[in-house]
Amino acid sequence: MSDNTIERAAPAPLAIGTLLATLLLAAALIALPFAMQALGQPALVPLASRVLIYAVAAASLNLALGFGGMVSFGHAAFFGVGGYVVGILYQSYTGDEPFLGLIPGTDQLLITLPAAILVAGLLALVIGALSLRTSGVQFIMITLAFAQMLFFLFVSLKVYGGDDGMTIRRRNALFGLNTRDDATFYFICLAVAAVVFLLFWRIVRSRFGLVLAGIRQNERRMAAIGIAPYRYKLAAFVISGMGAGLAGALMANYMRFVSPDMLHWTKSGELMIMVILGGVGTLLGPLLGAAALVTLETVLTSWTEHWQLVLGPVLLLVVLFTQGGLNGLLARLRPGRSAR
Amino acid sequence: MTAPLLSVRGLRKRFGGLVATDGVDLDVVEGEIHALIGPNGAGKTTLITQLFGELTHDEGAIRLSGEEIGALKTPQRVARGLARTFQINQLLPDFSMLDNVALAVQAHAGHSFRFFADARRDEGLRSRARQHLAAAGLSHRAETKVADLSHGEQKQLEFAIALACEPRLLLLDEPMAGLGHAESEQMVAMLSALKGRVTMLLVEHDMDAVFKLADRISVLVYGRVIATGTAEEIRDNPEVRTAYLGEGDA
Repeated sequence: MSDNTIERAAPAPLAIGTLLATLLLAAALIALPFAMQALGQPALVPLASRVLIYAVAAASLNLALGFGGMVSFGHAAFFGVGGYVVGILYQSYTGDEPFLGLIPGTDQLLITLPAAILVAGLLALVIGALSLRTSGVQFIMITLAFAQMLFFLFVSLKVYGGDDGMTIRRRNALFGLNTRDDATFYFICLAVAAVVFLLFWRIVRSRFGLVLAGIRQNERRMAAIGIAPYRYKLAAFVISGMGAGLAGALMANYMRFVSPDMLHWTKSGELMIMVILGGVGTLLGPLLGAAALVTLETVLTSWTEHWQLVLGPVLLLVVLFTQGGLNGLLARLRPGRSAR
Repeated sequence: MTAPLLSVRGLRKRFGGLVATDGVDLDVVEGEIHALIGPNGAGKTTLITQLFGELTHDEGAIRLSGEEIGALKTPQRVARGLARTFQINQLLPDFSMLDNVALAVQAHAGHSFRFFADARRDEGLRSRARQHLAAAGLSHRAETKVADLSHGEQKQLEFAIALACEPRLLLLDEPMAGLGHAESEQMVAMLSALKGRVTMLLVEHDMDAVFKLADRISVLVYGRVIATGTAEEIRDNPEVRTAYLGEGDA
């Protein structure tokens, strides 16, 4: 109509800059173990694995929290249950006693990971179906309550180690690879993280993703164009739980240990901190947040055991001044680009 | 005579001691613009909200083409051909105008459990949405974020979204409220261009617009319809004059 406002008719093709940055990031992540080896710092490789695992968990939470506006304070439930799937299957495998007398144990990563995803997804379906009837503070509280119920359940299950948790003597096997090797395990984590981030990148841009973002912004509007929000929120919550379960299964393999700690509400809090630190509702934010938190924890604990005393103010500064977490900070370093 | 498109019988809604809708009977005939007027607090928006299913009524029947829809939820009523605009804009502020309309087109095109293809590159959805924006005279601002739009533009966007739902019956809740004179004229022109193609129930305080557009007018006072008729009949109705027009509101 008016020719003084020039608007793009269609979204620009994937910006070269974004593509380049993504490739650079991928190259850096692939080169990391070799670089650490060369620098004589091989101990940093497992740390990087931890970052990747938490990045998967935080990205999953971010789908519900950031993109869907569902502030879940109970994602430790899915994370922990994913871990316990690995632990219980391993115990059944070594003890040669099928789980519940029905399901044979296994130490194969290609079975344990999908199993963890499935179980966490089913759990998310149940918890989500009930919790999503509420919203706001009630939703936060009810998801927290479900996670704590699960925490106390596993504390009381002496078969699976109760309070002490259970040790997994060997990491799950994948083909003929030596999963015990730090670099090998790192690449497994990297592959899983790459797939998860790729999936989320597609999902948030899909029809489903736009509906989810619409529901976050205004549920009444979405109902008025004929969309019943509940089903979409539940689907997003289940996908989010599945991702967290996957991360938990990797974490159990990484630590070769599962305990109720993985289910504790402080774990939910940690995941939330990563999302907020990195940038709520951004794709790469959770990776940045996970990296920042794990690094901070590692560096600060070498100085003092009261490291959270420092973490608090850092988190405050990030929330108050970055507008969109570390991701927002990065985006502002590149002029002419928005945070998303 | 065929059954009216919308038929409301004995609709009642109480909020505690207050009877907001007090046995409303209303017929909207296919193809007409039916205006609903009445003083502030008469229950016009409350009525619209019940027709749209965002608020449940206590008693009475709501039929669309003879089919009872009173028990259906809002999205189901939208699927049967109802759409509304809001007096207080209900938009997606982080999205562009085009996104807002494209989502309505998408919702109309079946379920959205599609997880992989980029919806913003779906030319089917985008071109339909652009047509609706063009019809509302908003093409030049298609990529502008809703939060950056003026009130008038948001109002027009409300209208474009409602049309993208391809409704049989459009419930318009004060589409002119807060618009400047020129914008108001533009809205009137848009509504009269649609006349005959989309049936409309129009709640509006701007009497010039109502008399210009409406085929029939119903007057709502204290939750009751006290009169229904053509513009002349309503203007000459003594009851309406005392209850409403006489108050100097017109």
